[in-house]
Amino acid sequence: METKEKVSGSRRGFMKAGAVAGGSLLFGFSLFGCSKDGKEGQNDRKEKPSETAVGQAATAASEPAGLAHDAFIRIDRDGIVTLIVHKVEMGQGTFTSMPMLLAEELGADLSKVKLEQAPADNSLYADPMLGGQVTGGSTSVRGAWKPLREAGAKVRTVLVQAAAQTWKVDEKELSVVGGTVRHQASNRSAHFGELVDAASKLQFPKTVTLKDAADFTLIGKSMKRLDSAVKVNGQALFGIDAKLPNMGIAAVMASPVTGGKVAAVDEQKAMAVKGVRQVLRIEGAVAVVADNFWTAKQGLLAAAPRFDDGPNANVSTASIVADMAKVSEGTGAVATNKGDALKALGQEGGRRIDAIYEMPFLAHATMEPMNCTVDLRADGCDLWVGTQVPALAQGAAAKVTGLPVEKVKVHNHYLGGGFGRRLEVDNVLQAVAFAKLAKGPLKVIWTREEDIQHDMYRPYYYDRLSAKLDNKGMPVAWFHRVTGSSIMARFAPPMVKNGVDPDAVEAAADLQYTIPDMRVEYVRHEPPGVPTAFWRGVGPTHNIFVVESFIDELAYAGKTDPVAFRRALLQKSPRTLAVLNLAVEKAGWGKPLKPIAGRKVGRGVSAQFAFGSYMSQVAEVSVGPDGDVRVHRVVCAVDCGQNINPDTIIAQMEGGIVFGASAALWDQITHEKGRVQQTNFSDYRVMRMNEAPTVEVYIVNSHDEPGGIGEPGTSGIAPAIANAVFAATGKRVRKLPIGEQLKKA
Amino acid sequence: MPALDINGTSTNLDVPDDMPLLWAIRDVMGLTGTKFGCGVALCGACTVHLDGQPIRSCVTPVSAAAGKKITTIEAIGNDPVGAKVQDAWRQVDVVQCGYCQSGQIMSATALLQATPKPSDADIDNAMAGNICRCGTYGRIRKAIKIAAGIPSPAVAPAAQPQAPRKA
Repeated sequence: METKEKVSGSRRGFMKAGAVAGGSLLFGFSLFGCSKDGKEGQNDRKEKPSETAVGQAATAASEPAGLAHDAFIRIDRDGIVTLIVHKVEMGQGTFTSMPMLLAEELGADLSKVKLEQAPADNSLYADPMLGGQVTGGSTSVRGAWKPLREAGAKVRTVLVQAAAQTWKVDEKELSVVGGTVRHQASNRSAHFGELVDAASKLQFPKTVTLKDAADFTLIGKSMKRLDSAVKVNGQALFGIDAKLPNMGIAAVMASPVTGGKVAAVDEQKAMAVKGVRQVLRIEGAVAVVADNFWTAKQGLLAAAPRFDDGPNANVSTASIVADMAKVSEGTGAVATNKGDALKALGQEGGRRIDAIYEMPFLAHATMEPMNCTVDLRADGCDLWVGTQVPALAQGAAAKVTGLPVEKVKVHNHYLGGGFGRRLEVDNVLQAVAFAKLAKGPLKVIWTREEDIQHDMYRPYYYDRLSAKLDNKGMPVAWFHRVTGSSIMARFAPPMVKNGVDPDAVEAAADLQYTIPDMRVEYVRHEPPGVPTAFWRGVGPTHNIFVVESFIDELAYAGKTDPVAFRRALLQKSPRTLAVLNLAVEKAGWGKPLKPIAGRKVGRGVSAQFAFGSYMSQVAEVSVGPDGDVRVHRVVCAVDCGQNINPDTIIAQMEGGIVFGASAALWDQITHEKGRVQQTNFSDYRVMRMNEAPTVEVYIVNSHDEPGGIGEPGTSGIAPAIANAVFAATGKRVRKLPIGEQLKKA
Repeated sequence: MPALDINGTSTNLDVPDDMPLLWAIRDVMGLTGTKFGCGVALCGACTVHLDGQPIRSCVTPVSAAAGKKITTIEAIGNDPVGAKVQDAWRQVDVVQCGYCQSGQIMSATALLQATPKPSDADIDNAMAGNICRCGTYGRIRKAIKIAAGIPSPAVAPAAQPQAPRKA
């Protein structure tokens, strides 16, 4: 989800240094530069930051009354710095990287920075790149890189001024280290908390000078994750862990076919199960509420809901793909048009290569199944949920209940995996609809089967490619037509311009490779009865597989080594070339692989630029006699500009690669009679410990703008694996998952 | 229903004999560190110890747990091996989203209690039943070896970023 529109306006930051309230100094600023009401510093919002939602690591000291609730930073008189985090933690490390950015300029002791999850507010806590309160698209560090450091610098400035005035010394003689302001000459020092009262009377500077990268003490150094402790002792709280007095717990069954309606329910049988409290029925789903989830499930079994399938009763993957194949023959909206690729492809001479690539629907399969807890009252509604989009969740509840949005409070939690699934609020809409019928607070939990079968899926893509090689085997023309669902048309309609969904063609419309004539088109096709959504690596996960596989095809067709071929085309993309060179060097490209008895071995490469980061991966695979693919080793070189927390960069590459490898090897969601055919981890396979490759990560550090790291690892692995399979077997994988394709008939 | 001994505390629960232990732990006892992931013993998120053996609580009826010592993630730190495993997890920074990690730690602790110096194959066997969607497997393996006191090879170059290039 690379959105390039930035909101204009200066980053004025705070003009006044917040207020002392109940023993804390509160500093408000906005990532956009000003609060939604145009004023800075305080406003009178009543909603408090969610304190309980994120477990011990993120639980703040008791909140003083009368705070400015658009604040981002609070300093207590005991010196504790609290950052109200506008991003969610779903494993990607934001709860460590965000406070690092702040503490670097503030001069705070990172171990004393506490975190609170920001409340739902689309204007106050919006990501500057995405324009909304969204955690996704590898934007957290990129969006917060300047504003959070500037905020830290401004707060440090007033704390230093406060010390200077108190001690009657020149500010220039003061230093700030580890949350303490020092005056060396007089051997005086004060921790931040002691300066809060004096600082609150000062004006913020309009501008600040940020540290030179050479002076960073935190940024660029591997810091321990701040959420580690509560995640190893069971204390971290996820949405599914919410507890309310007298809460009912519901198991749900939604129509197995999208758009289907509940036809019948054996309510009496369900109520006969001891511990069942209520049977709830909305148009497309049934919930049974009980004292605990297991009893609710027993009740749901007894209720045996039946459904009218509705208009999508005959949808099948085969029919969807047949439709896509057909529409992909038509002309699409033009995303890129350089030179005249169609003419060049039609001309005599050279060699033309054509290919069709296909990628399946995919489920997210977050480890934490979808859930939402609702306390709906006449005068308001509280939600306990883990969401990437708190403000959308708030809006969803407001829509269902008819309450004004400010009456809906979202208690956000750690996310038990996001991967794009929790950018959607279908679970919130459903849970609140049930809550309207329920007596008392309600926790709705989806079973794994419900989660897999009622996901919003990564779209199926059907891509046509053509290229022309000159007589030296190098490409002179490139044509790529993407056919698939437009997620942006639903999620962020203004992003779709002239019929082109920027996500659907991201990393396809703008290649790192220099090819003289190039045309890229997009054909929108919405699969009936299959809701679609973003999935880790978003657009690039689709396009980098297609582009890097086809580039590999062209290299072999032109009898050029795939690395040499890419190098020749990357002369205008020096950073991509550099990571490619680093990855192949570390992988030992060109050296023979160790043979494995009875298996064919091969090495494949991919290179990419996406989410502001450059990356190359080399995968080593073996293919067995039955066509099973094993990924043994992956070497990943990444240039994501200025490193924030290098160990997190490594972790995101390791994890992103495993995530993408599962999908490349095994995963697809298929439909028959309108129903998803997969059910659980038995038939929607997730890579396990004994199947996972060794991942080696090499980071190119620099002081360029930081790039994103959550998504790109996933984007580059499928083509590296598929290209390695080709090297091993001579079989070109043009359709994912690899699955049984290599099995000999 | 006989009493359940959970983390050293004996409790009488008014639940049916066939209720899976997971829901007795989570919804009745209110101990939420043990997680629900699949409901059919495919993912390991619900792993707890029954008399020191790792079991999938989502498919273990409470009747099978009665009279045995049940240990959950909340109390595994009281066991010296469990504490070492948690320390190693923090040292390596294994966790990402963290949802599966209670189960991972319970499985790893049971492994090291039975096999103090596990081989890679032992680790694969003990841990293959625990899915991590964030893909932390490499770090889990490393943390288990640290907890076991197995010397690991010198820090791989991968862990050290290269010297900054001129911007």
